[in-house]
Amino acid sequence: MSKVLMKGNEAVGAAAIKAGCRFFFGYPITPQNEIPEYMSRELPKVGGVFVQAESEIAAINMVYGAAGCGARVMTSSSSPGIALKQEGISYIAGAELPCLIVNMMRGGPGLGGIQPSQTDYFQATRGGGNGDYRLLVLAPANIQEMVDLIIEGFDLADEYRNPVMILGDGMIGQMMEPVEFKERKKRDLPEKDWITTGTKGKRKPNIINSLYLNPEELEDHNIWLQEKYKKMKEKEVRVESYNVEDSDVVISAYGTTARIARTAISKLEKEGYKVGLIRPISLFPYPFEEFNKIKDDCKGVLTVEMNTGQMLDDVRIALNGRIPSYFYGRTGGMVPTPEAIANKVREILGGEK
Amino acid sequence: MDERIIIAGFGGQGVMAMGQLLAYSGMIEDKWVSWLPSYGPEMRGGTANCNVIISTDPVGSPVVVEATTAIVLNKPSLDKFEESLVPGGKLFINSSLIDRKSIRDDIDVYYIPANEIANELGNSRVANMVMLGAYLEVVQTVDIESIERAFPKVFGESKIHLLPINKKAFERGARAIKKKG
Repeated sequence: MSKVLMKGNEAVGAAAIKAGCRFFFGYPITPQNEIPEYMSRELPKVGGVFVQAESEIAAINMVYGAAGCGARVMTSSSSPGIALKQEGISYIAGAELPCLIVNMMRGGPGLGGIQPSQTDYFQATRGGGNGDYRLLVLAPANIQEMVDLIIEGFDLADEYRNPVMILGDGMIGQMMEPVEFKERKKRDLPEKDWITTGTKGKRKPNIINSLYLNPEELEDHNIWLQEKYKKMKEKEVRVESYNVEDSDVVISAYGTTARIARTAISKLEKEGYKVGLIRPISLFPYPFEEFNKIKDDCKGVLTVEMNTGQMLDDVRIALNGRIPSYFYGRTGGMVPTPEAIANKVREILGGEK
Repeated sequence: MDERIIIAGFGGQGVMAMGQLLAYSGMIEDKWVSWLPSYGPEMRGGTANCNVIISTDPVGSPVVVEATTAIVLNKPSLDKFEESLVPGGKLFINSSLIDRKSIRDDIDVYYIPANEIANELGNSRVANMVMLGAYLEVVQTVDIESIERAFPKVFGESKIHLLPINKKAFERGARAIKKKG
């Protein structure tokens, strides 16, 4: 199939439908409104259902219900709206249901602003709701990758019976890039024998619930969840690296910020600097081991984010004090410039080449 | 090639569509492209702008800070983006609506009376295409044929009847540059 130029938010909708998503429940918020707009227009054409719920809380609980019936289902929002969904997300993770959640992040805290940010890293990777749970969090840096990750994300959600979050920002939602919807191999996915679609008198009822009043049972449930997360850590780490082994400074950034870092690296290379990049694509599970490839006499790892330092914690865990860690971030909807990132690298290297 | 373009004007002047036409045409020619709009409450009735990158290499930052080209359709846009051009960059000014000259002496500046030309063609709404024609005459980023192919993709098949007047607008924009030699 040939390429089309698509807005990120519309590509989210197109990718979801391509992946077989037939149910969307959401509530409007900038800068992701083109997702529900696209779904409201396109889902009915393929026999799907779009509901604009009365609130974010209602929307995520509709997702809970549809997922419990075995449907491929999605919701999308932006930072404050995702915050409202946390109770439902925790329930869905607890009840082990597959679904896809898209967060096109904007500046916070509170209502914040509508310009791009990455201030929900903690919320996404640590579990924004209550309890010991994890989402599988994927952070695309371009629209093609976002499309591919969404299509794969629905499969991953089914495979692990776990919510998958696509963590983007206002920039990737609003921008346009060429996209190709490639045909892909069908995965072998486990049969959904746990869904609640009626017993027809032929089997015992399935129960979908996150309530375990017996502490022994709840501990067992948690141990099982942790085993699942361990398996994700073994099998689902995704990372893109560039010149990590022999660089004097390695930048770590994800999503759109990583592309800006890439432009900064091109600038620096022209000046003779050796700068690498580690771009985590999966934020949970995090690519900790990739940082082991950095040489011991590397002058520093510079984490760049559109926040005041959140992924920075994971970078420091990965480095474990082996290499100096530095941070550069803009926040509130301000986007770092390549020149500012390059300046920080020059500063770390003390101007030496 | 690494063209980093800022297109700016009032909301309604068609700056977003100009950028999309360029990006789509670049994609048709197998180049790496990105299009990034300004978005926010300031858009309605205020200024609107988009950043377009057309490159032979993958696009890094989609945000244009060091522009090779700026196309400005109104005065606030000139005031805001004149400084964004790199030395040697190209500035296209809609002289129908902008009464001042550029203060930069290290860039190439082109003055195009886009609204007057569009009015002569009988459709004031094609002023953006006059500017685009002028730009493509100077910086041959993409072929006009690619723009024609991109037209129905950006505006929809139902607008294909407007292609002839838009083509005329391109040609008049290009001629405005040629005349000055």
